[in-house]
Amino acid sequence: MKILEELTTSEYKYGFESKFETDEAPKGLSEDIVRFISRKKNEPEWMLEWRLKAYRHWLTLKEPHWPNVSYPVIDYQDIIYYSAPKQKKVLNSLDEVDPELRETFKKLGISLEEQKRLTGVAVDAVIDSISVKTTFKDKLAELGIIFCSMSEAVQEHPELVKKYIGSVVPQTDNFFSALNSAVFSDGSFCYIPQGVRCPMELSTYFRINAAGTGQFERTLIIAEAGSYVSYLEGCTAPMRDENQLHAAVVELVAMENAEIKYSTVQNWYPGDKNGKGGIYNFVTKRGICMGDNSKISWTQVETGSSITWKYPSVILKGNNSIGEFYSVAVTNNMQQADTGTKMIHIGKNTKSRIVSKGISAGKSHNSYRGLVHVMKRADNARNYSQCDSLLMGDRCGAHTFPYITVENNSATVEHEATTSKIGEDQIFYCNQRGIDTEEAVALIVNGYCKEVLNQLPMEFAVEAQKLLAISLEGSVG
Amino acid sequence: MLSIKDLKAKVEGKDILKGINLEIKPGEVHAIMGPNGSGKSTLASVLAGREQYEVTGGSVLFDGKELLELSPEDRAREGVFLAFQYPVEIPGVTTTNFLKAAVNQVRQYKGLEPLDAVSFLNIMKEKMKLVEIDQSLLKRSLNEGFSGGEKKRNEIFQMAMLEPKLAILDETDSGLDIDALRIVANGVNKLKTKDNAVIVVTHYQRLLDYIIPDFVHVLYKGRIVKSGSKELALELEEKGYDWIKSEVNESTEA
Repeated sequence: MKILEELTTSEYKYGFESKFETDEAPKGLSEDIVRFISRKKNEPEWMLEWRLKAYRHWLTLKEPHWPNVSYPVIDYQDIIYYSAPKQKKVLNSLDEVDPELRETFKKLGISLEEQKRLTGVAVDAVIDSISVKTTFKDKLAELGIIFCSMSEAVQEHPELVKKYIGSVVPQTDNFFSALNSAVFSDGSFCYIPQGVRCPMELSTYFRINAAGTGQFERTLIIAEAGSYVSYLEGCTAPMRDENQLHAAVVELVAMENAEIKYSTVQNWYPGDKNGKGGIYNFVTKRGICMGDNSKISWTQVETGSSITWKYPSVILKGNNSIGEFYSVAVTNNMQQADTGTKMIHIGKNTKSRIVSKGISAGKSHNSYRGLVHVMKRADNARNYSQCDSLLMGDRCGAHTFPYITVENNSATVEHEATTSKIGEDQIFYCNQRGIDTEEAVALIVNGYCKEVLNQLPMEFAVEAQKLLAISLEGSVG
Repeated sequence: MLSIKDLKAKVEGKDILKGINLEIKPGEVHAIMGPNGSGKSTLASVLAGREQYEVTGGSVLFDGKELLELSPEDRAREGVFLAFQYPVEIPGVTTTNFLKAAVNQVRQYKGLEPLDAVSFLNIMKEKMKLVEIDQSLLKRSLNEGFSGGEKKRNEIFQMAMLEPKLAILDETDSGLDIDALRIVANGVNKLKTKDNAVIVVTHYQRLLDYIIPDFVHVLYKGRIVKSGSKELALELEEKGYDWIKSEVNESTEA
């Protein structure tokens, strides 16, 4: 396939760095640093103890190397664990936001004003480690919805944080979740009271900012009985030469009849075409369907990061609960992704659905890794998994690692997998209608991902489509 | 409009076209007939610019421009349309979205603004009527799970939307029952004007009952060995290709 051979790269379009005065911790990790972070954030004693417990456990763990990715050794003492833009006063309106920050959002095409005006989205913008501005908070407050930064939640709603933090992803869960628990800087906190349907998409844009700073986000979403919330997470990061570690933890709790829809568009800096730079994205995302008839749905479009390592999972504890995972993972050039999901069926009549679409171009490697576990008491559990791989060129790799463990004979588990290539015939057909090759690839790829993109809220779907096209620009000669 | 001079082409190292000469003027319909393996589809593909076909000689002028120097997409944008013998499936992309991309790229090439959604839909509705295609088909993934007839109708619909100067129908009749054939042919006839031209590539005469050619050319062993009016097609129908083959073989042996 000559046409697919000439693989080049497109430059990362969001590569710029905004200059804030930062308030940084010295490099390295120790109990003192954990205490420094906790003190900086003016945290209560229990939060510090919780962090220290995580840190002490982390010391006993070794970095895992089972994912199908390779990268140089990470020196955890060479990382700055706390950095925050200096905030001089509390802001009441968007006009008071740092002009440079607003400029940054403009470059990304996601200015707060526009977000507010056009989409009705409440935005909790996280630059580095501290939430700078949260909008729509008042409107949400009327409904009893809490949507704020994690730091604020620790101060204002300690009882909720204390009850739920670590309840889905314990500090001791894995190497990176332990690290995150010890040093997490900020993140989002969401609480939807009983019976409330959140009237707007809640959204957070994350950005990594200060050079050499690992970012450790912590997000917690609680949906009380009969409530509904749709949450959007989107990321872009400035261009960097050195690798940056990003180890986030996201926890979701859905009570009886509650539904949480969590959508991600991830576009961290992927490194240059030779694999230099780029973000290490080692994330632990997990939700629990605690109550009967609850539902958690993960949708992700992963185009960035030099290494992606994440498995948004659902623990289906409540009877009749539903877990869904829709994923598009694009790797180009030297990117590596090992991503998938875990569906743990505990309750009766639980259902899970997995749709994974991997796209590999350049010399990249793209792995789907998923676990479907039907436990003993999970009568009539059902799972459907579909894992498709699309290859562009012949120097990339696609891998599928499905794990299925069934301990109950009444379970129905289906797994389908396909691997295909973008055909020269398809491209010629498009060319013959006047569509150039770049646009043809975008069209074919978007068609291939349609099932997943359809799960995204409208405004996000449009952004995601553009992102797919940008990520694969120049991947076909 | 189209002037093919001594066109030669290879596929996988094998000479298929050995010197084609053909002149086509606006408003004309030319039928290219011939036995299997004579090079009919190769000619269609070479004109459209398919990469696997290596042009080894000759020239093709299209409205004064050398077609062979243009990329496949630029040939399309200049107004060359190929109705494929085997239309390709593109999962997840509806005919509507596909055509929107195509129409707007062609417009961009011509320096025109892209069509907004409303104007596009209006044009689509009008053309749908013209070629008798059902809207439900246009909402489905392009050609995926389409019957043979649906695929060919979709090709003609695309032709209606793109309004080419030169349409090349490559074995459009293959795999069609008589009703589908009539609908497809009606579509082509309705799109016919004094300013555009059609090349009908076909093995059989029956399509030419519906699309009446001004000229019929017989392609054999990579050359046009006989040209005539539509009566030539009827003669071929009656006598088969053998008499032409023997004529050609005798003259080359002599």
